Amino acid sequence: MLLAFDTATPQVSVAITDRDDPERVLVELTSERAMKHGEQLAPLIAEALERCGLVRQDLTALAVGVGPGPFTGLRVGLVTARTLAHVLEIPVYGVCSLDVLAVEAVDTGALGAPDEGTEFAVATDARRKEVYLARYDGTGARLSGPVVDRPAQLATDGPVVGEGALLYPDSFPHAVGPSRPSAGWLARAVAGERAELHDPEPMYLRRPDATMPGTPKRVS
Amino acid sequence: MSEPDGPLVLGIETSCDETGVGIVRGRTLLADAVASSVDEHARFGGVVPEVASRAHLEAMVPTVERACETAGVRLHDVDAIAVTSGPGLAGALLVGVAAAKALALALGKPIYGVNHLAAHVAVDQLEHGPLPEPCLAMLVSGGHSSLLRVTDVTTGVQPMGSTIDDAAGEAFDKVARLLGLPFPGGPHIDRVAREGSSVYVDFPRGLTSRRDLERHRFDFSFSGLKTAVARWVEARERSGEPVPVADVAASFQEAVCDVLVRKALDAARSEGIEDLLIGGGVAANSRLRAMAEERAAGLGIRVRVPRPGLCTDNGAMVAALGAEMVARGRTASSLDLPADSSMPVTEVLAG
Ligand SMILES: [Zn+2]
Repeated sequence: MLLAFDTATPQVSVAITDRDDPERVLVELTSERAMKHGEQLAPLIAEALERCGLVRQDLTALAVGVGPGPFTGLRVGLVTARTLAHVLEIPVYGVCSLDVLAVEAVDTGALGAPDEGTEFAVATDARRKEVYLARYDGTGARLSGPVVDRPAQLATDGPVVGEGALLYPDSFPHAVGPSRPSAGWLARAVAGERAELHDPEPMYLRRPDATMPGTPKRVS
Repeated sequence: MSEPDGPLVLGIETSCDETGVGIVRGRTLLADAVASSVDEHARFGGVVPEVASRAHLEAMVPTVERACETAGVRLHDVDAIAVTSGPGLAGALLVGVAAAKALALALGKPIYGVNHLAAHVAVDQLEHGPLPEPCLAMLVSGGHSSLLRVTDVTTGVQPMGSTIDDAAGEAFDKVARLLGLPFPGGPHIDRVAREGSSVYVDFPRGLTSRRDLERHRFDFSFSGLKTAVARWVEARERSGEPVPVADVAASFQEAVCDVLVRKALDAARSEGIEDLLIGGGVAANSRLRAMAEERAAGLGIRVRVPRPGLCTDNGAMVAALGAEMVARGRTASSLDLPADSSMPVTEVLAG
């Protein structure tokens, strides 16, 4: 039983997959309120277990979205995953949240027939008028990225999956597929070995904002 | 409760730059593991919230492991999890709260989201036994300067006064910088002040004039003091004379301690309280301890100050308050408890 969750967007998404058919999602829950990851993730996990009639000891592995995404929410997901894995003594797999969108887009045929081999990009909201973006081949395998930059710097007429395309249509006129990563597809991506597995380390892509102090201001 | 000598509680503290995980059994300290990111902040001259949050994420599981090893307990034996719910840096608090929830969820144990200030008070029980109630608590650190009347550390904490500008510890940091001493300033000022004269400069005592005492009897102000030190140092530099660092440090420290002790004892006396507890990082200051004990003795007031390691932010203090919550039968928090960066001190336990 794989428990998957992603907190790399304003929403929290939680899913659990079937023991015998790991690509079958038993339950998928999405938070109602934006930006309240810290309050919503643990209750959603508890509710997901309960809806499946499972107890925590039934879990055999964890999958967590490692972003990129807003740092505060991202850390809620990662510290939760690491701590649960530590206590339950089960493995935890990190997956780039953009890869999850890529897998969903390909597998749901959002880009046409899966074997056509159309390259595409995934772009999500990085705030500060920037996007996180990565490029993929037609099977959903990542070719480059993710990077963070202004939409105009990354503009493309090709198909673009994710919220970034919806937010910046001038730079990404060809929006397709899902807008936010779902835990259900995160779980399928891990179970089906469709995405690269990482340690549960956050993809920050940006340095912390911090300014070096100058000399103290004179007061007289 | 699994043991006759009290509940086994693990406490997590991440309100600022220390990742603290403590384990207590009742009022007995079993482990106090702390990972600090202070070195990463030193070059910025203050705590950078995002740097602190990143460090908390990296340190969390290793610090939990270290605490369990030191205490010689298994996580599964813990009766409850306690965590600082607020006040503090929002993003930093959130890492600790999320980790605590994951522990509670994975262990099937209750969680108590507690107030950081009340935890600074409760920690003293680990060293000096049951807290006298009521007591007057003075908490002084880089983030807080408050006088609290504590009738029940799990439910009854009333603010009597606090700083109207800088925290006491902030004043130490800023003056240290003026004097070319490293961050955090407290320990360095304390050290160099021992070689200096505390009456070399008569720095102002904030909010102690008759008029101020009417409106701000138990409040503090350290911003004017900091400016006065800066003016004094600048005047010296302009005149081309060397700045007597030890004397300035000692005179500044004397001014801070004088105001703190004076107001704390006044507050205690006004409430007829006979026990003063001093906590927070500044409580590690040797002059503050000595002055408080000396002046309190004359008034028949007892002073309790935990040892320096328990005064600064740590997980043991959170565990200590959590254990008291369990022992007094308080209702546990729910799994959706928030991290509340401006949690009022009157809210000791988050819903
Ligand atoms: Zn503190």
